[in-house]
Amino acid sequence: MADNVFIAFQTNDESRSIIEAILADNPGATLDEQPAMVRVVCPGRLTINRESVEERMGRDFDLQELQLHLITLTGNIDETDDAFTLAWRN
Amino acid sequence: MQLDLRTVTIKPLRQTFSHVARRIGADKAASRYQEGTFDLQATMNFHYRPLWAPDYEIFDASRTAIVMADWYKLLDPRQYYYGSYTLARARMQEAAEADFALVEDRGLADSLPHAVRRLAMDLYLPLRHLEWGGNTNCMSLAAYGFGTAFTSPALFHAMDHLGMAQYLTRLGLVLGDEAELTAAKQAWVAGPEWQGLRKYIEDCFVMQDWFELFTAHCVVLDGLLFPLFFGEIDTHLAAQGGGAVLSMLTRFEAEWFIDATKWTNAVIKNAAGESAANKAQIESWIGTYLPLAQAALEGPARSAFGAEAPAVIEQLTEQFSARLAKLGVSTAQKG
Amino acid sequence: MDMPTTKKKLGIKERYALMTRGLDWETSYQPMDKVFPYAQFEGIKIHDWDKWEDPFRLTMDAYWKYQAEKERKLYAILDAFNQNNGHLGVTDARYVNTLKLFLNGISPLEYMAHRGFAHVGRQFPGVGPRVACQMQSLDELRHAQTQIHSMSNYNKYYNGLHSPTEMIQKVWYMSVPRSFFDDAYTAGPFEFMVAIGFSFEYVLTNLLFVPFVSGAAYNGDMGAMTFGFSAQSDEARHMTLGLECIRFMLEQDPDNIPIVQKWIDKWTWRGIRVLTLVAMMMDYMLPKKVMSWKEAWEIYFEENAGALFNDLARYGIKMPECAKQAFIDKDHISHQAWATFYQYSGISNFHSWLPSEEDKDWLSAKYPDTFDKYYRPRFEHWEAEAKEGRRFYNTTLPQLCQVCQIPMIFTEPDDPTQICYRESDFGGEKYHFCSDHCKHIFDDEPEKYVQAWMPAQQIYQGNCFPEGADPTAPDFNAVEEVLKYYNIHNGRDNMDYVGSEDEKNFAEWRQTSTKN
Repeated sequence: MADNVFIAFQTNDESRSIIEAILADNPGATLDEQPAMVRVVCPGRLTINRESVEERMGRDFDLQELQLHLITLTGNIDETDDAFTLAWRN
Repeated sequence: MQLDLRTVTIKPLRQTFSHVARRIGADKAASRYQEGTFDLQATMNFHYRPLWAPDYEIFDASRTAIVMADWYKLLDPRQYYYGSYTLARARMQEAAEADFALVEDRGLADSLPHAVRRLAMDLYLPLRHLEWGGNTNCMSLAAYGFGTAFTSPALFHAMDHLGMAQYLTRLGLVLGDEAELTAAKQAWVAGPEWQGLRKYIEDCFVMQDWFELFTAHCVVLDGLLFPLFFGEIDTHLAAQGGGAVLSMLTRFEAEWFIDATKWTNAVIKNAAGESAANKAQIESWIGTYLPLAQAALEGPARSAFGAEAPAVIEQLTEQFSARLAKLGVSTAQKG
Repeated sequence: MDMPTTKKKLGIKERYALMTRGLDWETSYQPMDKVFPYAQFEGIKIHDWDKWEDPFRLTMDAYWKYQAEKERKLYAILDAFNQNNGHLGVTDARYVNTLKLFLNGISPLEYMAHRGFAHVGRQFPGVGPRVACQMQSLDELRHAQTQIHSMSNYNKYYNGLHSPTEMIQKVWYMSVPRSFFDDAYTAGPFEFMVAIGFSFEYVLTNLLFVPFVSGAAYNGDMGAMTFGFSAQSDEARHMTLGLECIRFMLEQDPDNIPIVQKWIDKWTWRGIRVLTLVAMMMDYMLPKKVMSWKEAWEIYFEENAGALFNDLARYGIKMPECAKQAFIDKDHISHQAWATFYQYSGISNFHSWLPSEEDKDWLSAKYPDTFDKYYRPRFEHWEAEAKEGRRFYNTTLPQLCQVCQIPMIFTEPDDPTQICYRESDFGGEKYHFCSDHCKHIFDDEPEKYVQAWMPAQQIYQGNCFPEGADPTAPDFNAVEEVLKYYNIHNGRDNMDYVGSEDEKNFAEWRQTSTKN
């Protein structure tokens, strides 16, 4: 099985939409809830799609806004205007 | 048990940290600027010497000829710590962004007379490299300067220069395209009118004394260059039919210089005021770099003002000398 | 001249490239190797700086915008927390002692990181890494300042927080975190990136910030939670920079691989040793505990760093050898560290205390193989002594490891009843180490590590007394004089929590809040 990647957010209203989008778009993703934070863990690869987040937030979303809510992550990052992906390459 | 913590009146044991209290007195609360600045940099009991500079301690006051009994006299009158700095820049950024958006959305660049648009690109786009050079030089100040009071604003200055290099890049993409940026780089590297500035900047890159570098770049060069480009040249382009469009695209730079000057003035004033030796040293550096900066700016000034260029620079130099005189520093040539 | 009327919209990568890479030029009035004098001496070979992949692509305008937004939120929460006497809402004032360790031992490192990244942000010839390092330098200044500002209000009401900038430079155990950063700063720029950008940021800071800060939230400290998570949101950028830097060096030249591996080995171990302090904070100092050090280690090091090293395996990079010892040590170090600080509370700037019955049962459950067998008896012995009025204070400084500068408290990996001692000879002198890995680090660069400012030796050499102290005077009290030099207020900042001013004030203030 592929190694896990993860991304963690502060628990707040905006990150709720982001997390919902991640869970919808990444079938293997699971939640690990800790005090004041939530960590999303996914085997191998995890993608955040701009459009998915926008649908849930009901407004335009720039993926660079992730900066505001992020706590930590692992994996190699690939960032375009439309998607933010974390992956291990093995 | 429900606690109502708001109703509790408790007497603090102390108002601030002891190193801050030593400077401002123990009886009053300190500002965030003071607590976030005073004595943050280590001064003693260093463990190892830098492998890359074994003649110096990690932080070493002897990296400059300027001598201060207390380096925390070089305070920033803007009282920037990270939070107040980013908030101030975010406000400027928002205004600049709105102006860029307006120019882009309304296609205002297309309303510029051809010659004005050409001249603006010829003058402003090579400057993005100079601003990158400004970033490099200010990073040296932030890294090798002594005392947080000076090095923090030096880092802010460095990041500001990067930001301005990026705003000038955007200006290039609004007025022209990527090919214009390439052409401007070619002009910066090989165009005769830019070589004076490029040499000035590259000589700054290898300067060893950080206060000398500060004087040469932040005080002397920027002190002439910003009023030239974002004052005189801006007015000139507007009068040639550029209207307010170009001023909108360079408003960040113009506003920045006003803000930046508060800091550079305070540093010069306090360092020169410390001792006759400091004052003499600063005046000697200015005596060296002022003529070099004047000469370096002549190329681009000529592109804008032709034969009147020397007079424009002379006038800016007079303003500069008046500014320095108020700080207690003379720019008169000695000997 | 053609003026394009409709322009193609540039994607984030192209646009960012123009905003950074496009800016520099090959200098000719001054030679490049004079402009960037430190790029070569470490032996790292870089053939093409343009191969650098920018991980996050923040231009300065976006940086100002988002960071200002973070700052607005952070200071709004801090102001509210302070105005409402939020500190009285923490679980117990014992908790504040974790903040003392943080403010004295960690915040000054953030400042060092700021200056270190300013240095490498000036020196790398490549624009991509240079800009990323500059932003990190700015972020690190943010962290130092937001931490000071968050804890400023605690300093008004609790002891031991009043002199962080002075104590990091003087107090004996502070040389552990400080020498770590001095070591990184004084190394070359590439080694600095492996030390801080990679080993510290990518492999280790999760352990410092995430479970500990979550623990702060759990203990009712909104202030620490806010600066912690807010800082950590920058760390995501930093970790990515560290990882990219490693990959870049490995891809540029195969000759770089053994050098990088050596640095990874060294800095993983240096970091693990510093984290001993964090282990103790999590297991012993948080009144309400979120997870044990061992659990945090398993998630954030074994699982996470394991995945990372699997990813790097393609370049021939291996998990550092020291991870094997760390695998064993995770069951021991928090207990060994707390037992040490318990004894040395007389000369430390925070309080220590004995674990309660409930704490001990939690530790037994979390450390079934070690706590009851090796550590519970020790704490129970001290408990019995304290009950008899003989609270144990040790004032004879123990021998310190020449590299990590932690006292010789760690045990042999294969025998938890034996203290581990190693030594090397250099220049006719003997040097002592806590482990094979610290000895190995020393043996590789003895000229560097013999320079270390060793707190115990410095005291014995008379360098840690206040000005004017006279060690030959008949009534000279060395311990008191050292405390004065440290600016530790004897009887207020130090000693056991039980009976301390912090304990008394906290109880009184809380009382006031429940009465009229």
